[in-house]
Amino acid sequence: MSATASDRAGTREREVWELLAKVPDPEIPVLSIVDLGIVREVRREADGRLRVAITPTYSGCPATEVIRVMVRAALDAGGFADALLEEQLSPPWTSDWLTPAGREKLRTFGIAPPEESVARPRQLMSALAVTCPRCGSRSTERISEFGSTPCKAHYRCSACGEPFDYFKCL
Amino acid sequence: MSATAAVRSGAVAVPEEAHCHYVLRLADTSLVLGQRLSEWIGHAPELEEDLGLANLSLDLIGQARLLLTYAGELEGGGRDEDALAFLRDAPEFMNLTLAEQPNGDFAHTLVRQWLIDAWQLEVYTALEHSRDTRLAAIAAKALRETRYHHRFSSGWLARLGDGTAESRERTQRALDELWRFTPELFAPDEVDERMSRAGIAPALTELAPRWSARIDADLHAATLKRPATQPYPWHGKRGVHTEHLGHLLAEMQHLQRTYPGARW
Repeated sequence: MSATASDRAGTREREVWELLAKVPDPEIPVLSIVDLGIVREVRREADGRLRVAITPTYSGCPATEVIRVMVRAALDAGGFADALLEEQLSPPWTSDWLTPAGREKLRTFGIAPPEESVARPRQLMSALAVTCPRCGSRSTERISEFGSTPCKAHYRCSACGEPFDYFKCL
Repeated sequence: MSATAAVRSGAVAVPEEAHCHYVLRLADTSLVLGQRLSEWIGHAPELEEDLGLANLSLDLIGQARLLLTYAGELEGGGRDEDALAFLRDAPEFMNLTLAEQPNGDFAHTLVRQWLIDAWQLEVYTALEHSRDTRLAAIAAKALRETRYHHRFSSGWLARLGDGTAESRERTQRALDELWRFTPELFAPDEVDERMSRAGIAPALTELAPRWSARIDADLHAATLKRPATQPYPWHGKRGVHTEHLGHLLAEMQHLQRTYPGARW
């Protein structure tokens, strides 16, 4: 492959990443599916077609199928109708796939981002101090381990009194 | 899984039917338990627990979909996840008998959940290293969700067991009543043994002591008594079920049975 062809391929892949960075998560639209770590790979196949791999967050997340349809539509509308779209399960998605930009967007939106890495499972099991996304206090309490979507738990801030969602560390 | 099992696996051909049945057992246990939990939606004692049980249900049904799709492919007869979930009769379901037991009160639901969470934790931990890479990927995904489920169910076990006199009595009663279904969790039959020899599934007899240790630790925290082990008359994973499964399926399959091929 000549240098120019390779560059051109790289540009097309970048274009797809930029395109997908504009696809919002249907349940937390402040995040894009790239922020969430749902887009695993954009790769050029031997035959020149692009292959896009996406991964589900939770096995039963109802948004998964909506996301697949939205990605397909974005690819078609962006001039990548021939791109292959595949689901990739391994390695499994965890909250560690959330990007730093995604974490900041969550906090600004009023959802506390995961406090730590799942790479240290001992800490996953311990009770955590979660920072209130509104006032920054660490004096918060867990109301429910589950919330309005599979990826969230429910907390309340003891300092400002506001209830808030916590993006589960899983 | 032990290195010996992995080495041994090299020479053993994988019997397709046993492979399909093994995956169906995992799928059906998740599906039936998920369906049971969904019966609580709108009826749980608190809104938070309503959400909690609905979320567990959603995860389990999601896991069941991945497993059913795979089982259908292994079977090779063109049945997809929907055909397997909605168009099989009770004797073709291969879930653990424990999973189909009725919800009873909140204590029954929680004890049933906790016993199966602890079982799934061991099974998925082992399957993450299965020679079957598709099954390993599904197990790795399910394992992370199962850890969260167990945290929820063991937390409630402690709160109820070490709670009021009434919550303690009801939780101990639920445990005493459901315990008789637990020997099936670790009783291997020829399907389990063939899958274990092929390096696909763990040896159930090796998982049993780890499950037992976790159960004892959780019971200790909950100040509950472990019931005596009883004989093993249950064979849900061979398609022999208690009367409860038929009723569950009648509700779950009603729409597809009445309007075949109906779609959203």
